[in-house]
Amino acid sequence: MRLQAEGVHLAYEEKVVARDLSIIVPDGKVSVLIGPNGSGKSTALRALARLLKPTSGSVVLDGKSIHSLSTKEVARRLAILPQLLIAPESITVEDLVWFGRHPHRSSLRTPSTDDKDTVEWALEVTGSAEIRDRQVDQLSGGQRQRAWIALCLAQGTDLILLDEPTTFLDIAYQLDVLDLLADLNREQNKTIVMVLHDVNQAAEYAQNVFVLSEGTLVDEGPPETVLTCDMMRDVFGIESQILAHPVSGKPLCVPLKGRQRALADAALTATPPA
Amino acid sequence: MTAIATAAPSRSPVVRERRRRFLSTGLFIACVVMTFVSLMIGTSVFSPATVLRAITGAGTDQSADVIIKFQLPRVLLCWLVGIGLAVSGGVMQAVIRNSLAAPNIIGVTKGAGLAAVVVVLAAPTSPAFLLPVVAFAGGVLAFGVVYLAAYRSGTTPARLALVGIAVSALCEAGILFFLVRYPLNVSSALIWLSGSLYGRTMMSFWQILPWVAILVPLLLYYSRRLDALGLGDDLAAGLGEPVERTRRITLLLSVGLASAVVAGAGTIGFVGLVAPHIARRLVGGRHHAYLPVAGLIGAFMMLVADTIARGLIPPLEIPSGLVTSVIGAPYFLYLLAKTGKAGAR
Repeated sequence: MRLQAEGVHLAYEEKVVARDLSIIVPDGKVSVLIGPNGSGKSTALRALARLLKPTSGSVVLDGKSIHSLSTKEVARRLAILPQLLIAPESITVEDLVWFGRHPHRSSLRTPSTDDKDTVEWALEVTGSAEIRDRQVDQLSGGQRQRAWIALCLAQGTDLILLDEPTTFLDIAYQLDVLDLLADLNREQNKTIVMVLHDVNQAAEYAQNVFVLSEGTLVDEGPPETVLTCDMMRDVFGIESQILAHPVSGKPLCVPLKGRQRALADAALTATPPA
Repeated sequence: MTAIATAAPSRSPVVRERRRRFLSTGLFIACVVMTFVSLMIGTSVFSPATVLRAITGAGTDQSADVIIKFQLPRVLLCWLVGIGLAVSGGVMQAVIRNSLAAPNIIGVTKGAGLAAVVVVLAAPTSPAFLLPVVAFAGGVLAFGVVYLAAYRSGTTPARLALVGIAVSALCEAGILFFLVRYPLNVSSALIWLSGSLYGRTMMSFWQILPWVAILVPLLLYYSRRLDALGLGDDLAAGLGEPVERTRRITLLLSVGLASAVVAGAGTIGFVGLVAPHIARRLVGGRHHAYLPVAGLIGAFMMLVADTIARGLIPPLEIPSGLVTSVIGAPYFLYLLAKTGKAGAR
């Protein structure tokens, strides 16, 4: 396994976000981190990408502690797409994708044919080639997200980490992006790790699911074994029923009641009326 | 910064590159023409032929003497000051990710100002060469304080800007204190504070030249890494950019550049703020494209401002810094108004 976190403690300033967290990213698979807000999934992803230094424990990339590698070396092996994306002003899609070659170029060197080919490929494979001269800030949400993913692809890494790549997109664009990532995994054998909010999308697209709760890993495995009524109750605090997806056969979570009503019902059954 | 983005319409890279070349050449020619015009205008107006004779060394009369001794150093200084302020302002805007950033936001101008005022007012007998040295030290020192105060396991653009404003305000208070405390030399201090090129000799030019000649190319060398910083800290780091180190180095280089210019020419306002803005609107936000254009715009602004400063009511002299403010402030207000509209979306 190329990328793993070994017993890491993660904290922002004084605030501890994760304790003794170990995540082994399976190579060549799509892995999804799920968990309620504040469970530390984005933080864990940032630590895996060397954006956050663990207070103890270590993240290991290709057998070496990731903090012993330079920022540039890491960038040549894994790409990360943060949740909040800022496009520089008046920049075209092609310019944006060229940023993906940043870790491979020194300041004065002109782009090599390798750089050009990789950028072309990234534009093609994400379907961004025909909008290459458009301004990024004038694109639709889906087009823009594809351009950002093209940037990550242009880095030419086999490991791609994405923090909630579907947020702010409507449902059609969400599926568009997830299908693209699934294709990249299947056809290019890319290892994909992403944070998703929708457990059903996680079930549909992940081969491996990590469930985080309050900064610890509570379960992991294929969605069929991980997505259960008990997990939904314990981790997300909701009552639900797990069905089989009518087409894919993957688990499909149908929420029954929100947190409040589940608690109220529990209280009622605990003290039955006389 | 994105709020002020001016959506230049989509263009293919080839068309864009051609436009950039065309604009740069045009600006350069405009600067050269303005240089010539500026040489013509002093306490009296010289004919183009006189100026031409003077700068080719063919003239030996008194007017040639005036042009070479008094006009030429100022005109050359205008180039350096304009280029230096514009490039350093552009880099600061990028690193602090605030389109309103300029040398005076980050504490440099006021720090240099305070140091200079202390020298001019509290130690009026100190030798003249001391002033630029002390002003430079004051600018760099003020930035050092800002950076350290903003540092908490790394800096953020917002923290740098906020601390910079606070330190600037403190220095401003210090300046006012010294102005009130030592009223005798106030006028000479005020001339420096408002930025005047009056009475500058070739010595000032040689003093600033190395800074501009070294730091501007160095900052251009960093242009693609500055582009990467514009993507936000996380993505920039994900792309292999050592964010904090790059931010520290480029800020330090631009602070050195601004301090050197302010030390030599006084606190000249709005060039460092406005020139990069105009440049980005013209050629887009890539640093390697807009920094040189910004430099030329800065030089042009300075040449115009200094010509007006000399030629408006001769033989009286207005500080060029006042002229740049009078030209720059309305443009700045216009920018704010536009930002307000764009920010509403």
